[in-house]
Amino acid sequence: MPNIIAVVCASYGLAQSVCDGEDLPARAERFFRSDHTNNWAVLVCTSRFWFNYRHVANTLSVYRSVKRLGIPDSHIVLMLADDMACNHRNPKPATVFSHKNMELNVYGDDVEVDYRGYEVTVENFLRVLTGRLPPSTPRSKRLLSDDHSNILIYLTGHGGNGFLKFQDSEEISNVELADAFEQMWQKRRYNELLFIIDTCQGASMYERFYSPNLMALASSQVGEDSLSHQPDLAIGVHLMDRYTFYLLEFLEDIHPASQANMNDLFKVCPKSQCVSTPGHRTDLFQRDPGSVLITDFFGSVRKVEITMETINLTVPGIPLERFGGEPHTETALAYVDQLPVAQIIHQKPKQKDWHPPDGFILGLWTLILLVFFRTYGIKHLKHIF
Amino acid sequence: MFQDRMGLLSDPNRRRALTNLLTRLNTPICVLCYLAGVAWFMGLAFEPFTLRTYMSENAMGSTMVEERFPAGERALVTAREFGAHKRKSGAMPVDWLVKTMQSRGLEVYTQSFSRRLPFPDENKERYMVRGTNVYGILRAPRAPRTEALVLSAPCSPDNSNNQAVGLLLGLAQYFRSQIYWAKDIIFLVNEHDLIGMQAWLEAYHHTNITGMDWAPLHGRGGSIQAALSLELSSDVVTSLDLVLEGLNGQLPNLDLANLFYTFCQKQDILCTIQEKLQRSDWDSVSGYSQAVQTMALMVLKQASGRPWGDHGLFLRYHIESATIRGINSFRQYKTDTTTVGRLLEGMFRKLNNLLERLHQSYFFYLLPSLSRFVSIGYYMPAFGFLAVILLLRALDLWVQLGALPSVTEDGVGVTDQSSSPSLVSILTPVVISHLTGAALYTLPVLSQELAVQHFPVSETEAVVLTAIAIYTAGLALPHNTHRFMLAEGTEQGWRVLKLVAVLYLAVLLSCTALINFSLGFILALTLVPVAAFVTPHVPKVLSAVVMVLLAPGCTLLYCVFAFQELQEAPVSLIDGWMLFLSVISQGMLDHALYGSLVYPLLALFIYPCWLILWNILFWK
Repeated sequence: MPNIIAVVCASYGLAQSVCDGEDLPARAERFFRSDHTNNWAVLVCTSRFWFNYRHVANTLSVYRSVKRLGIPDSHIVLMLADDMACNHRNPKPATVFSHKNMELNVYGDDVEVDYRGYEVTVENFLRVLTGRLPPSTPRSKRLLSDDHSNILIYLTGHGGNGFLKFQDSEEISNVELADAFEQMWQKRRYNELLFIIDTCQGASMYERFYSPNLMALASSQVGEDSLSHQPDLAIGVHLMDRYTFYLLEFLEDIHPASQANMNDLFKVCPKSQCVSTPGHRTDLFQRDPGSVLITDFFGSVRKVEITMETINLTVPGIPLERFGGEPHTETALAYVDQLPVAQIIHQKPKQKDWHPPDGFILGLWTLILLVFFRTYGIKHLKHIF
Repeated sequence: MFQDRMGLLSDPNRRRALTNLLTRLNTPICVLCYLAGVAWFMGLAFEPFTLRTYMSENAMGSTMVEERFPAGERALVTAREFGAHKRKSGAMPVDWLVKTMQSRGLEVYTQSFSRRLPFPDENKERYMVRGTNVYGILRAPRAPRTEALVLSAPCSPDNSNNQAVGLLLGLAQYFRSQIYWAKDIIFLVNEHDLIGMQAWLEAYHHTNITGMDWAPLHGRGGSIQAALSLELSSDVVTSLDLVLEGLNGQLPNLDLANLFYTFCQKQDILCTIQEKLQRSDWDSVSGYSQAVQTMALMVLKQASGRPWGDHGLFLRYHIESATIRGINSFRQYKTDTTTVGRLLEGMFRKLNNLLERLHQSYFFYLLPSLSRFVSIGYYMPAFGFLAVILLLRALDLWVQLGALPSVTEDGVGVTDQSSSPSLVSILTPVVISHLTGAALYTLPVLSQELAVQHFPVSETEAVVLTAIAIYTAGLALPHNTHRFMLAEGTEQGWRVLKLVAVLYLAVLLSCTALINFSLGFILALTLVPVAAFVTPHVPKVLSAVVMVLLAPGCTLLYCVFAFQELQEAPVSLIDGWMLFLSVISQGMLDHALYGSLVYPLLALFIYPCWLILWNILFWK
């Protein structure tokens, strides 16, 4: 583990000096609770046009929280259509509000949009995730994550069962998204990934994930619509969606030293407030969600522990228990074969399960046979057999 | 067994059975279809069969904006000034308007136009029309000049519509201080109502459809997305009436009506359509009859093909437009000008949000009330039933024509050598009928000079009476066309002619109903029974009377009486007759001035068709 942080144990009073022995490994345990060393965020708003004001406001609210908790602009990839603040219909130009009566301007004066306007496409989004960008792409448009990065991905817009609409001209499906995440996993582009989606039928987007270390939250289940929160009568549009509104309220209480964990995040916006049922998925995630801090994904927290005593970090007991007791093998890691030709060429044909014929097909054949025999008489049977 | 193998229609026995069935049941099925068509139409207004209106356009959205227009009283002051200047100058006070609009920060332009009507218009007392339109463009502060919205108010020669112009100027001043406009807004004051509007629209779109003489426009605002025309003649109103019917029965997108209704509900203003209130007791007889009356008024207005407000001419250019008319009747709750201004402000803010033209909602509909509508899919079967009668008759005639040769072979008459009638004997009535129709179309206007010289009538009366004379002269045709016939008509002859006439009528009515359902339906109601029952063998005098009573001219007369009845202003016979004459002259003027197609359709196609059927009645 790269030790850029110096570890020195200190004793804090008589009460603790007694249990120094157990406390140190426990504190070290807590210190190394998460594997990540840097945080990234990819925030995407997939809608454009004035009546989709609320999607831009959603994304900007999450951007604002993420920046406030410490992730710098260089580690945020913000994709917006960005036609709200300077839209001709905006009665308050250069602002995007998230609360009515113009309480909170989430556009601010230091927003950095990386992909704006028509650059927000499915292709660009997938290229950002997988890193397959042309060499000329500037650094601000790249997701330069490594295998110790925790990435927060937030998507909002109009969606349906299994797809998300990008700017009225194309869609991304949940299968594509799952495959993109698998590519990221195989190229070791993330340590852990939190995926939040605020669209109609959002839960369908995380159904197909199959890569490890993914946790997903959605604002509504399949078959439900995500509703918008409140209109502003001076601007004339809905300002935010309900789920992100309550998420923003929740995040406003988080500060960099906060110990709130993912279980609190799952409780954001219950059905009474959101009307739709938010969902989450944690089966692919290795750690227990109760031990995952919000700031693991939403903030960039430098942990410092000061101690006067030394602690042996290479003691086998501490790291090995987390992986279920298997010893680390020292084999070199290699990438999975991108094009397994041998498998493709010598592929055996898959056994198709035999299904009994459909009731409709049966009925149709019965009808045909009946008509045949009615018209031509039963004595023609001998011509058949 | 061999016969069993044959198809249903190729087997002669089976076919004979089918055709016998068709012949036997033809009249009952025709009667049934007619009754079904009428019943379907009447049932359209029954509330459970209609749908509630809803906003279809996503960009206009469900959220309301807060309207803040404050200057209703100042608008009334401006209106009084405008009225004073109008009285002083006698016509439109162009200089005062230009100066006022400029002081409100608009780019002002004027356009002059002139037009000589084909004959004097006695309703509006004009013949040589010369006028000026004044319009001011409010440029959107940040947007490119690619789209525009129009607010117009007519400048009437008498003391009406002053408040409309005052409110228009007040709104112009208020709109100028807002920064959220994404489209240019054009404030237009047009003189001589529809003629001025036609001149402005033709110049704006660089078209010249009607041969008017206008000066080109110096200022333009991009393609117009929507237009509202305002008619307000009193300081306070008790209700606002929405007028939708435009030229040739074209209607704006239903979303515009939905927008108006939503804002009426928000501002708590009483809103009506066809000047009839909406009732909530649809299951009572009076509630249902109110809905039927509203729908019938809309059908009659649409069938007339004339634009019922200044907005009617925009529709031809695919610009969704409507007229809002303020009505001041004896009611306790009055709405002041500020509220009307707020309603218009709200509508314009919503239209400002549009990204494309209104196209999500219906273009063909009927409104039994402002919150309920009937779409084309629901009302077309009413016409379909009537058209089916014609097709059944055609089928019946075809069957008879196929059976006839076998009859004449057994017959005694040997004089009839040719089994099929000659083409000439069929074409002659057709050609002569169409020539009469052409005469009805062209002669009245052309011969007004001649008529005025010989008779003590005005030009308008001359035109109208010439038209009626030609129409009545057509009744005498059958006695004269027989002189041109080379041989005597045969049994087959009239059947072939009737087949042609019935199919021609079916095609004509169907095409009309597709464009203007109301016109097609009303014509079908009277012409289809005529076409179905007329043969040379029915009692001549009685059927002649019935045919004349169901002729297009009399249909028009009934429509006039029905219209007055539905508007709760019933007229006596004499007044009705005068109204009928003025309707004919207005129809001809509409065609000459704005390109309305009702008069040519009736004169050149429907009337000749009726004449052919009249010929069949008197077939020898």
